[in-house]
Amino acid sequence: MVAEAPQRERAIAFTLNGESVRCRAQSRAHLGDLLRAEFGLTGVHLGCEHGVCGACTVLVDGRAVRSCLMLGVQADGTTVETVEGLTESGRIRDLQDAFHTRNALQCGYCTPGMLVSAAELLEEGGTPSREVIRDAISGNYCRCTGYQAIVDAIETTAQARHAARREAAE
Amino acid sequence: MKAPDFAYVRPASLDEALALLAEHGEDAVPLAGGQSLVTALNLRLSAPAVLVDLNAIPELVGISETNGIVRIGAVTRHRDVGTSEIIGARLPLLAAALPHIAHPAIRNRGTIGGSVALADPATEWPACCVALDATIVARGPEGERRIAADAFFLALYTTTLVPGEIVTAIEFPVPGTDAVWGFEELARRHGDYALAGLAATARRSGAGLADVRLVFFGVGDRPMRATAAGAALERGDIKGAQAALADELDPQDDPATRAATRLHFARVILGRVAGRMLAGGSRGGGHHGG
Repeated sequence: MVAEAPQRERAIAFTLNGESVRCRAQSRAHLGDLLRAEFGLTGVHLGCEHGVCGACTVLVDGRAVRSCLMLGVQADGTTVETVEGLTESGRIRDLQDAFHTRNALQCGYCTPGMLVSAAELLEEGGTPSREVIRDAISGNYCRCTGYQAIVDAIETTAQARHAARREAAE
Repeated sequence: MKAPDFAYVRPASLDEALALLAEHGEDAVPLAGGQSLVTALNLRLSAPAVLVDLNAIPELVGISETNGIVRIGAVTRHRDVGTSEIIGARLPLLAAALPHIAHPAIRNRGTIGGSVALADPATEWPACCVALDATIVARGPEGERRIAADAFFLALYTTTLVPGEIVTAIEFPVPGTDAVWGFEELARRHGDYALAGLAATARRSGAGLADVRLVFFGVGDRPMRATAAGAALERGDIKGAQAALADELDPQDDPATRAATRLHFARVILGRVAGRMLAGGSRGGGHHGG
């Protein structure tokens, strides 16, 4: 058995917003830095960089994670989606419209993280209660304190998707 | 802030990981879910030369049940522990604890083995392990060791793990059909560290309880077993159990909360949990949101 040697930088390959990408990543760079610096995905907002604020949340293999608490090199072999990818694919168009309609963003700094966290919840299906929605976004800080409108927007979207699914099933 | 420079390696087997940890000695740190370690790196509270990533080792992941033992691989994510069908059926206490662990994005990434090895005294899994009489399975240069959870947690961030040794799994005896359990936690904000928490298990015995194990967290430097309080509950004496906590817990004053306040919180949650467990209720008499 020949163990691989630890490296300060390594070549990685992963799927980013639907495209296969390759790059060299510094070991010390967290995923948020890699996505912003190497791929220009500045929708990944870095707030606290220690896992508290949630602004840097992205989907890794379909699950919401803090991109500041995962190393860029750990993206190797995974599927990563940022708010840019979710936007371009149209997957959260309805959610974004609901945020707009309900005025669920003020300064906008928390918005990408809120959208990604909400996207994960909404893809679980059903019509989550406001309490469940609050739990889902409890790791995302909005320092403008516009939480009511954000919960409203997520709730509205969940109900609309649920109604659409029922209609499709009938 | 940004993490200091370090080298990174991602072994594909446990043997390889242990060899790397042995080779690099004190310069190396194992990386599990990273939800505490990467935070510490970003804050420059920690500056290891080498990170050995345990996330690509299949044998460390998964939940299985054999001969009355549920085994959870160390690198199983919090969310996968709490939502597993086996856990829901056999160890509902763990499922009840899950919503109290930080936030969804942290639960998606953090691991039970990482949490146990870190031994933060205000966290849920270590207390649950002690309450459920779990065995911590560790591998290191000297081979495999099996350590009772009760003896594993020594002090703040301190366990019986030796350098180069990692937690590989946690094994839980499946509670009997007469088992009851309770879980309660008070925190300032949803998902925040516990001001006081309690994981409790017992057996129903006649109209009362036997083999009561009360394990508090957030009120001492490790998961704190309250044996005198447990004995009082076996006599059906909730007030006596609450009174006994003064000698059994070791809360500390901090800038936001006095020790006496934390002790009060511990008594409050003991009252709630004991009431539900003594009321007999269903086996899952444990959990209320918030």
